[in-house]
This record gives sequence, C-alpha cells and structure tokens, in this order.
Amino acid sequence: MTFKDLNIISMKDFSRDTIDHILNTAEKLEPVARGLEKSDLLDGKVLSLLFFEPSTRTRMSFETAMIRLGGRVLNLGSVEASSIAKGESLADTIRVVEGYSDAIVLRHPKEGSAQMASELVSVPIINAGDGAGHHPTQTFLDLYTIRQESHLDGVKIAIAGDLKYGRTVHSLCYALSLYGAEITLVSPKELRLPDEIIYDLKKRNIKVTQTDSIEEAIRNIEVLYVTRIQKERFPDPAEYNKVASNLLITPQLLEKADPKLKIMHPLPRINEIDPRVDDTDHACYFNQSFYGVPVRMALLALVMGVLE
Amino acid sequence: MTPNKSPTQKRELRVRPIENGTVIDHIKAGQSLNVLRILGIPDSSEDVVSVVINASGEHGKKDVVKIENRELNVREVDKITLIAPNAVINIIRHFDVFEKKHVVIPQNIEGVVRCINPNCISNSSEPVTSKFTVTSAKGKIVLQCKYCERVITENIADRLL
Repeated sequence: MTFKDLNIISMKDFSRDTIDHILNTAEKLEPVARGLEKSDLLDGKVLSLLFFEPSTRTRMSFETAMIRLGGRVLNLGSVEASSIAKGESLADTIRVVEGYSDAIVLRHPKEGSAQMASELVSVPIINAGDGAGHHPTQTFLDLYTIRQESHLDGVKIAIAGDLKYGRTVHSLCYALSLYGAEITLVSPKELRLPDEIIYDLKKRNIKVTQTDSIEEAIRNIEVLYVTRIQKERFPDPAEYNKVASNLLITPQLLEKADPKLKIMHPLPRINEIDPRVDDTDHACYFNQSFYGVPVRMALLALVMGVLE
Repeated sequence: MTPNKSPTQKRELRVRPIENGTVIDHIKAGQSLNVLRILGIPDSSEDVVSVVINASGEHGKKDVVKIENRELNVREVDKITLIAPNAVINIIRHFDVFEKKHVVIPQNIEGVVRCINPNCISNSSEPVTSKFTVTSAKGKIVLQCKYCERVITENIADRLL
C-alpha cells in the first residue's frame, strides 16, 4: 500500500497490515515525540488545521507532531474570525487552503465532510472528526495505547459509557474486530451500541457481550475503555446522575480487577473516573493522550511521503 | 342491448397495445405510482399513460406502466431499478417490441436519492452531489451513502431527488 497522498477518512479503509505498519512507524518515532531525539523529517512541509468545532487534544497533538518533525503549522483559528463567517463554503475554503499546504487536517460538524473534502483537492485530507461519523486518528492512537500498555491480539476489553453516540467507540469496535478482540459492552440500555454495529461485529466472529453492570464486566478483562456520558443526552438530570454513578470507576471497584488491568479514556473526562484512580498502575489515559503525538507523527510522515 | 365482448376484447380494453413508447412490466405490485412519480408523469408527458395495478404475473401480482411516444433514458431506468429491481423495460416501435431489457441494479448512483441523514454533508448547502453504493440483499435494495455511510432500505421512493 502506498501511503503518499493517502486520505485518512475512515478506519474501514485500513487493513490490519496497514494499521500494523502505522503503529510500527509510530513506535519508531516515539523517542522524537518524547523530545529525546531530534528530527527534520518534515522540514519545509506545511500542515493546515481546519477545526470547525472545538478541540484541545487532537489539535494540539497534531501541532506538536508537526513541530517535532521540523514542519510548520497553519491554523484556521476561530471560525468567527475567518471567511467562513462571511458565508464561504467548506468546499471553497478547502480548495483555497490546498494552495497553502502539504496536508489538511479537518474537523467539521457534518458527517461526510472529510470525504467531500478529499474529492475536491489533491493534498491528503486527515479526518479529525466529522460530526457523529469517524475520527480515525483517535482510533489509531487507541490501538497504539492498547498495544503499548497491554496487548492487541485477542485482547479482552470492556468499553463502557455512551456507546450509542460516541463516535470513537464505533470505529474502535471495528478496528478491534481485526485483532480478534473479545469485547464486553457496558452501558445503560438507552446508550447501547447500535444493533447494526453489534450485528456487524458478530458477523466477523467477534465475541461480544452486553451488560449494564461495570462490576460484572471488570472481573475478566485486560483493558477498560471508558467514554464520557454526555449530560445533555438525558432530559432528566436525576436519570443522568443514576447512570453516571452506576458506571463510576473507583479504587474500590478496581480491587475486583486484574492487577494488570489498564484503564483508558479519550478525555475530557467529567466524572466517569474517580481522580484517586489516577495514581494507580491501572490509569493510562494520560499516556493515551500522549500517544496521539507519535501516532499522528507517523500518519503525517507517511501521507506526506517522507516515510514509506 | 350491449353485445357480449369476447375475453380478448376485455383484455384489449384493460391494457391497450401502444404503437410507440415504453412498457414497463413486472413492477412490484403497488409501486407503479412511484414509477410515474420518478418519470415526472403527468407533467413530463403529453401522451397517454396507462397503469395496471395488481395484474397477475408468473410470480404473483405485478404492476405494468405503458407510456406512449416516450423511450426512457439511462437515468430514468436507474431510478426505476431502485424501487422495482425486477422490472422489464420493453421499447415499442410500430406495435412491436423493438428492445426488451431487464433492469440492471447499478453499483453506484449519483444525484438520484437524498441521504436520510439530515446532518450528512450531501444534505447541506455545499456543492456536493449525493452518491450511494447499491447492493441487494434478499431481493431488497440497500443503499449506503458514500459520505456518511448511513444505510437506506425502506421507502426509497420517498427519497428520490
């Protein structure tokens, strides 16, 4: 597979071999990501960041990745201060920015926006979230975290929280299916993974179980992936509090878990994980957000054609 | 006193042969009015259009549409395929069947169906044409949006552009 000029739109475009190659490349670049080694791999290259929705980790880790590899970053800045506020279409914006950049990172509230952008320009488009659609670079860094902190092949993983609306969860489940994972889905009934995704996973012979009890799920897993439960999904605040407290990860709960269990969270967390968990060996969510840097470095170096 | 009509004459009255035009046969029973909608009838045709609903066919009930003095183009046929995947299109010239073709399900369609997802980029003001991949499962058409990947299986006729 040639990576040069490849668009990163959806995990479904990637085979296991391709994902492995990206993760291996990230691993080689990790010392650069940590600032232990210097690199000028992307010297003279320009990356444009077009974020039409708020972002902290994704935007900053792309910036860091580019800077660590010696490249430069152009930032659209706030939508209010750009031509978008004058009514310019995304299509026009993308075509203009193509002239300034070697690759474009796009986050946009509409599903399919990155796919449309990729049809309009010849520089690679990296999807950093298209509405409730895909967020493939998050999935790559999640896979990398699982590989570095535990193991990927046949991993026993529980995914807890909002599985219905969480865009990271759908892509992650798909990717985990390529590695023969055993997946336990933990959520209240109203936030369960959509049936078509469960059907799709079972079709791939993936062992999937569903439960609403975190206590039940925690006993026999190697990785626990916690997602944020959005308050606004619940018309009744009391109902939100009930659901959130049932899924809360506490040190007491973790006494029942395998000592090697790793806990991940795409962050920001609100109150899904008790801060006392942060100091245990289980917590790896801050490592996870760091791993976004080597993974994005690998993707940038590959799509800009400086690594193969 | 009205003379008795022969069975042949009765059939003649129901489905009159046309001299030139198109006969769309084997439309799934109940879908003929949607076929007319796809073809923009009556606005797009000055000539006579006949519709038979619930005719007996080899595989149960079917609908038939006869359009005089009009031969369908590829885009129209593509649309018909989506709601009547078993249809047969007969081009009639001088009362004879000049060409008979089974509709072929296209692999991809562009600008034919509106995506069901209101938040899909193809439903925005951006200059983008809707695109779907088309598959069929158990005789049912399945459309998947190339942009947001949402799947449409029901009420496709209501989504036609």
